[in-house]
Amino acid sequence: MTEEHTFRTEGLTKTYGEGVAAVHALRGVDLDIPRGEIVVLLGPSGSGKSTLLNILGGLDRATSGDAFFESDNLTEMSDRALTRYRRDHVGFVFQFYNLMPSLTARENVELVTEIASDPLGVEEALSLVGLEERMDHFPAQMSGGEQQRVAIARAIAKNPTVLFCDEPTGALDSTTGRAVLHVLNDVNARLGATVLIVTHAAATASMAHRVIHFADGAIREVVVNETRLSPDEIEW
Amino acid sequence: MRALDHKLMRDLWRIRGQAGAIALVVAVGVSLLIMMSGMLQSLRETRVQYYESYRLAEVFAPVTRAPARVIERVADLPGVAAAEGRIQGAALLDMPGQALPVRAIALSLPRSMEPRLNALYLKEGRFLSAGHMDEVVVLESFARAHDLALGDHLTATMQGSRRTFQIVGFAAAPEYLFTTAPGEFVPDDARFAALWMHEEALAAAFDLKGAVNEVLIELERGANAQDVLTRVDHLLDRYGGQGAYERKDSMSDRFISEEISGLVATSVVVPPIFLGVAAFLLYIVITRLVQAEREQIGLIKAFGYTDFEVALHYFKMVLVIAVVGAAMGCAIGLWGGRFMAGLYQSVYHFPFLVFRVEPSSLVTGVITSILAASAGGIFVLRGVFRLTPAVAMRPPAPMDFSRTGALNNRLRRWLDQPTRMVLRRILRNPGRIGGAVLGIAVGMGLSSAQMSVMSGFDDTLDLTFGVIDRSDVAVSFFEPMPAATAYAMAHLPGVIEVEPMRSVSAVLRNGRESYRGSVTGLVENARLNRAVRKDMSDITMPAQGIVLARALADTLNIGPGETLRVEVLDGRRPVIEVQVAEVAQTLLGAPAYMRFEGLNRALGEWGRVSAVYLRVDAAEMDALYAALKEMPTVAGVTQREDARAAMQKLMDTGAGAMRYVMAAIAGVITFGIVYNAARIAFGEQSRDLASLRVMGFTRGETSYVLLGELVVVVLLAVPLGIGIGYYLSFLIAAGFSTDLYQIPTGFRAEAFGFAGVAVLLATVISGALVRRDIDKVDLVETLKTRE
Ligand SMILES: Nc1ncnc2c1ncn2[C@@H]1O[C@H](COP(=O)(O)OP(=O)(O)OP(=O)(O)O)[C@@H](O)[C@H]1O
Ligand SMILES: [Mg+2]
Repeated sequence: MTEEHTFRTEGLTKTYGEGVAAVHALRGVDLDIPRGEIVVLLGPSGSGKSTLLNILGGLDRATSGDAFFESDNLTEMSDRALTRYRRDHVGFVFQFYNLMPSLTARENVELVTEIASDPLGVEEALSLVGLEERMDHFPAQMSGGEQQRVAIARAIAKNPTVLFCDEPTGALDSTTGRAVLHVLNDVNARLGATVLIVTHAAATASMAHRVIHFADGAIREVVVNETRLSPDEIEW
Repeated sequence: MRALDHKLMRDLWRIRGQAGAIALVVAVGVSLLIMMSGMLQSLRETRVQYYESYRLAEVFAPVTRAPARVIERVADLPGVAAAEGRIQGAALLDMPGQALPVRAIALSLPRSMEPRLNALYLKEGRFLSAGHMDEVVVLESFARAHDLALGDHLTATMQGSRRTFQIVGFAAAPEYLFTTAPGEFVPDDARFAALWMHEEALAAAFDLKGAVNEVLIELERGANAQDVLTRVDHLLDRYGGQGAYERKDSMSDRFISEEISGLVATSVVVPPIFLGVAAFLLYIVITRLVQAEREQIGLIKAFGYTDFEVALHYFKMVLVIAVVGAAMGCAIGLWGGRFMAGLYQSVYHFPFLVFRVEPSSLVTGVITSILAASAGGIFVLRGVFRLTPAVAMRPPAPMDFSRTGALNNRLRRWLDQPTRMVLRRILRNPGRIGGAVLGIAVGMGLSSAQMSVMSGFDDTLDLTFGVIDRSDVAVSFFEPMPAATAYAMAHLPGVIEVEPMRSVSAVLRNGRESYRGSVTGLVENARLNRAVRKDMSDITMPAQGIVLARALADTLNIGPGETLRVEVLDGRRPVIEVQVAEVAQTLLGAPAYMRFEGLNRALGEWGRVSAVYLRVDAAEMDALYAALKEMPTVAGVTQREDARAAMQKLMDTGAGAMRYVMAAIAGVITFGIVYNAARIAFGEQSRDLASLRVMGFTRGETSYVLLGELVVVVLLAVPLGIGIGYYLSFLIAAGFSTDLYQIPTGFRAEAFGFAGVAVLLATVISGALVRRDIDKVDLVETLKTRE
C-alpha cells in the first residue's frame, strides 16, 4: 500500500502561536496522494494550503499527526534527514521564482544537478521548458514567465519524485501561465513525478487527476477527475 | 512627515545592532579627537602656566666660578629681562637599605627662599629656616619613590665630604618635570634626586663663597635667544662659562616636547581613520536599506512626497546615528581625557593639570563626525533621487549579473555553482567588496602598525642594553680620573673586567646645524660599551675622526668624510675640527664617539677617565656596591638592568600607553567591519540562501555561499592590511622617534602575523555568528515574502 502512495497524512495539524493568539492553520488533515498524479489544492486564502505544502515538502514541521512520504514519517525526521529528503526527492516552484540572480539559467539548473543523485541533463531540463535558447542568460535578462520556467527546469532537473508548486502562475499572464502548466503536465507524463499544485485559479483543476478542496484548515472535498483537460483547453 | 518619522524610528530600531555599532565607531573617533586635542591643549597650557608661575629660566648658563656681582652685569645685557645666580653641584645620597648610592643634584636657595628665577613649588612641609644649614627641601617625586617623610635624615656626599641633613619640605619644580641624572637618557624618579639647601651651605661644600656656578636668565619679550646666548657666553667666558643653553635644550623640557609631538602624531593619524571607517559602514548599511526598500520608496513617492522629503528621511537616519555617536564620543572623550590627565599629572609631576576641552573642539568633533557620516550617506541619497515611482513599483528585478559573464567559459570548467555565485557577487560589486577590503585592511594596518612600533621599541631596548651596552655597571666620577685609578677598580670585589671611557659635553656644529650633547671617548676595541654598525658588527674606534650616531648625523646633516666642528664645553673648552669617520647604529640617545686617546689629546689631557664600565660577578654585586659607596670620587653608579627597566616603564606610560589602547581599539574596529560585512552579505542573500536550503543544500553548503565571499574579502584584505600597516608604522614611528630615542621600523613578521591572525579569528567568529543566523532562517517565512 505504501508503494501506491506518495504521501499519506493522518490527523495532521499545524498551530501557529499559543493561547488566545493561536492560529490553527491545519486542523487535522487526512489525505492520500497516489503516486504519479497531478493533484491540485484549491481553497480560499488563509485556508492552509501553503502550510500543508510546506510540511509535505519538508520545509516546515507539523504540530501533531503524521505525514508519510512513501514509508518515511516526515514528522519524525531530523533536520538533516529533511534536508536529505529535499535534496533527493523534492522539487519546488514558487510564485516569485526565487532564482539565483548571480547565476545564468543553465547554472541555476546546474546548482541542483550538481547535488542530485540521479539528475536529468541540464540541457534536457531546459528544453523541457522550451528555454534551450536562453541558457546563458541571467535572470535579470528574462521575463517573469521565462524566469518561472527556469525555476521549473531547476525543480525538475533533479528528476524529483514529487514536484511542489505554490501558485506557480500567480504572477503570470494567461499565455505564459498556460505554457508553465504545459511544462508541469509534461513533467508528470514523462518523468512520472507526482505534482502538487496550489492555486487560486480554479480552472487549473481541470488538468488534475485529483482536486482537493480546502477550507479552514481541513479537507472539505476530494474530487477525482474522470477526464482531464490539456492545459491548452483550460479557460483562464 | 509624522508617518515617515514613525518609519524612521522603526527602521532604526530594526537595524539597531548595526546602527549601534556604527555609532560606536563614530564615538571612538570623536572621543579620541576630543581626548587628544584636549590632552594636547592641557599639556601645552599647563606647561606654559607652570613655567610662568614659577618663573622658570629661559636660558641656563653653567660656569666654573663667577663672582655674585656678575649677575647684575648679565641682567644688564640687551635682551635679558632678569638674571639670577645659584650654586649647583653633584651629590651622592646614601639611601638606607639600598646598596647603590643615588645620584642627586644639590641646588642653592637664597635666604628669602624666593629666587628671582626657578622658584619652588612647596607641596608639603616648609622652606628652610634661616641659619639652619643642615635642612633640605627634597624633590617630592623622589621622596615618594623612596617613601621619605618630613623629618627624615639624608646622608649626602658632596665633594668627598659626608654630611647629614634633615628633610623639612617636599617640593616640585618646573625644571624637574622629568628627572634624569646628567648624562643619562632615562628619567627615573627613584634614581635621581634634587635637593635644595641654603646658599651658604652649598658655598661651603663646593668652595664657592661669594660666587655662583650657574646663571639663570629670563629673556625680554621678543629677544633673540641666540644673540643673548652669544653675549652671555662672551661675558662668562673668563669665569669658565660652559656654554649657555636654552630651556628647550634641557632634558626635562625635551621630554615634554616629545610627549606632545607623540600625541600630535597619533592624533593626526588615528581619529580620521575611525571617522572614515564609520562613513564607510554608514554608506554600506544605508545603501542596503535603500535597495531593500526600493518599492516602499517608490510607493512613498507615488503618494506625492517629493524627492527631497524622501531623501531627507534617509538622511535623518544618518544624522541620528552620527549625532548619537558624536554625543557618546563627547562623553567618552571628556571622561577619558580626565582620566588621562590624572595619569599625566602623576607621570610628569605637574602641580596642577587642568583637563579642559574648548567648546570649539566639541563642536569640531560633532561637525566632523556628521560630515564624515554625510559623506557616506550622500552617495546613497543619489540613489534615492534616481528611483522613480514606476521603476520602484515594478516587480523586483533580479540583480543584473550579465556584465560579469565574461569569465564564463574559463570559470565553467573548474568551478561549481556555489563558487560561481560567490565569484559573480564579488565581480558584480567590486566597489562594495573593495570598500570592505579597504576597511578591514585599514583596521588591520592600524593595529599591526601600532604593534610593530611596540616591538620596534623592544628592539630599541635590546640594541641599547643588549648589544651596545654589555656592561653590568657603569661608574662615573666627579672629576676625570687618571687612567691608573680607573684600572685599579679591577681590584674591587667581583669586578671581572674594566673599560674606561671619557666623556665631555660639547656643541657639535656643521654649518647652520648644531647639537648640544657630548662626545664619548671609547677605547679602540671596546667590548662593554661599544659602537656598532647596522649589521651589529663592531666599529673599531679610528685613531682619527669621529663616529656619529645615525640620529645625530641626520640632525647635523653630515656624513662620513665631512668635517665636524666640536666646541668642547668642559675644561679649557677647546674647539676642534674633526672628520666624520663613520655612522653608527644607535637607537637611544645621539652619541658621538672618538678614540679614548684621541679625545684626551684633543682636550690637551692625557689618560683621563670620566667613567668606567664594569663587568661584574653577580654574586659579589653587593660587596662591590658597598665598596663603591665608600669611594669619594664616585659620582654615580648605574646598573644597566635598572636603566632598561626605567626606560620600559617610561614607554608604558603616557603617549606610550596610548599605543596599546589604539591597537586594541583598532582590533575591535576590524572585527566590527568583518562582522558587518558578513551581516550585510547575509541580509542581501537570505532569500537566495533559503532557496538553496529548499533545494536540499545542507547548512554547510549554504554557509559556503555566504561565507565564501567573506573569506575572499578577508584574503584580499590581509595582504593589503600588511602593506598599509607597513607604511603606517613608518609614520607612527617617525612621530614617536626623536633624538632621545628612535624606534626602528621594518617588516615585523610577528606584528603582522598577529594582526593577520586576529583578522582571521574575527572572520571565524563573525562567520560563526552569521552561520547561526543562517541556521535560524525560517524557510517558509523568507520565501513567502517578495524580498
Ligand atoms: N508564521 C505564521 N504565524 C502565524 N500564522 C500563520 C503563519 N503562517 C501562516 N499563518 C496562518 O495560517 C493560516 C494558513 O496559512 P497558509 O499560508 O497556509 O494559507 P493559504 O491557504 O496558503 O493562503 P493563500 O491562498 O492566501 O496563500 C492563515 O490563517 C495564516 O494567517
Ligand atoms: Mg499560500
